[in-house]
Amino acid sequence: MKNFGKYIIFISSLFQRRESFKTYFNLSINECIKIGYESLFIVAIVSIFMGAVTTLQTAFNLVGPLIPDYVISLVVRDMTLLELSPTIIAIVFAGKVGSNIAGELGTMRITEQIDALEVMGINSSSYLVLPKIIASILMYPILVVMSAFLAILGGYIAGTISEVIAGAEYIYGLRYEFNPFNIPFALIKSYVFAFLVASISSFQGYYTEGGALEVGKSSTQAVTKSCIAILIADYLLAQILL
Amino acid sequence: MIEIKNINKSFNKKQVLFDISGQFEKGKTNLIIGASGTGKSVLLKCLVGLLKPDKGNVLFNDRDFTNGSKKLITELRREIGMLFQGGALFDSKNVEENVMFPLNILSKLNKDKKLERVNHCLKLVGLENINNKMPSELSGGMKKRVGIARAIVNNSKYLFCDEPNSGLDPLTAIKIDNLIQKLTHELKTTTIVVTHDMNSVMEIGEKIMFIHKGKKLWQGNNKNIFNSKVKELNEFIFSNKLMKKLKS
Repeated sequence: MKNFGKYIIFISSLFQRRESFKTYFNLSINECIKIGYESLFIVAIVSIFMGAVTTLQTAFNLVGPLIPDYVISLVVRDMTLLELSPTIIAIVFAGKVGSNIAGELGTMRITEQIDALEVMGINSSSYLVLPKIIASILMYPILVVMSAFLAILGGYIAGTISEVIAGAEYIYGLRYEFNPFNIPFALIKSYVFAFLVASISSFQGYYTEGGALEVGKSSTQAVTKSCIAILIADYLLAQILL
Repeated sequence: MIEIKNINKSFNKKQVLFDISGQFEKGKTNLIIGASGTGKSVLLKCLVGLLKPDKGNVLFNDRDFTNGSKKLITELRREIGMLFQGGALFDSKNVEENVMFPLNILSKLNKDKKLERVNHCLKLVGLENINNKMPSELSGGMKKRVGIARAIVNNSKYLFCDEPNSGLDPLTAIKIDNLIQKLTHELKTTTIVVTHDMNSVMEIGEKIMFIHKGKKLWQGNNKNIFNSKVKELNEFIFSNKLMKKLKS
């Protein structure tokens, strides 16, 4: 509870003694490149294989004389939109971006770079963390949309190559009884997860004390705590919104 | 001038500073000396506002830094320049960007004027034509010089240095000490240097405060330090063979 209270105070400190809009704009653009652009490759790889494996495993478990083939792509579509793309990619995001944020801030803390900012009269938490959170909230939903597209494409490629489903049947299944709310639901989840990963990882890194060993511990804790927070938020959002 | 009044500081019920008072004069290099773990760095952090004293006040030209309004504290902080032990240069920025950083945040100068100011400060610290080098490409002494350039670039009135010559060879250490003293005299800053190096004490100690186990035991200058009757100070000064030999 003490840590949670400290986290809330940390988040509120981001909005005090802010610098100019231009400063945050430039910093946020740089962070967008680091957080979004540099995550494209890993997200793409994970998404394609996630879709491909989901297609093959659904086919293995579901297909029978009474179940039409298009059910495979229907399952892939709903699983991708509701869970795999927003949540599993969030775990990957926590591993890549979260550990990077915690490591960067932790190193800045132990080498007194954060103290240097404070001595200059700059609110270091706002200056360093707010752009990371803004960039994360801007870029993660884009990654999720891209991930959903690639996962469904991966499923199509795997399904047609292994001949478990015909291409036309796969497309039919994707369109069959589509619930449009799944898209805003996935996006809401992505905004929440992006905030959690960026803020928790920044919190862990910002309050690092000690040396190189502690920076490593902060990075590990950032990933662990982000993953737990993602899973709890995932459950709560499903309970509230579905 | 900076004045401190009855500074007390504890961590987890362990008191590390006891009623420290004193004055640090403008245009002089004021040294805070003492053995490791005596509370020098804690006192320095209280002075620059990185730690808040449990009791007591820090006054910058009679302006209360400890209990002042947020606006006053921000204003005062922008008059402070600090050289950290390891330089604390921003890893992701090159030398020019590091030195220009306070100007980008705090001043309204145009880019050309900022660059002119950066080059002037780099020249003052004896570093020219290294604008594009990254901190990882610099030696320990160069990092400290860039740190000093960054500390003075915004025309700081108050300059704080935390062990400026730690980890440096004796020759470079003396160069850094002399540079700090030269800048203090030229720019008329109130300079406070935390050190445990006796070479620094002899070289630039225009005003010296000796701290032992969190208490101020002596205040004077490098001319009268050898005449002190304080046992702890004498133990500190004459802890190595060279100083003992000099004494005898």
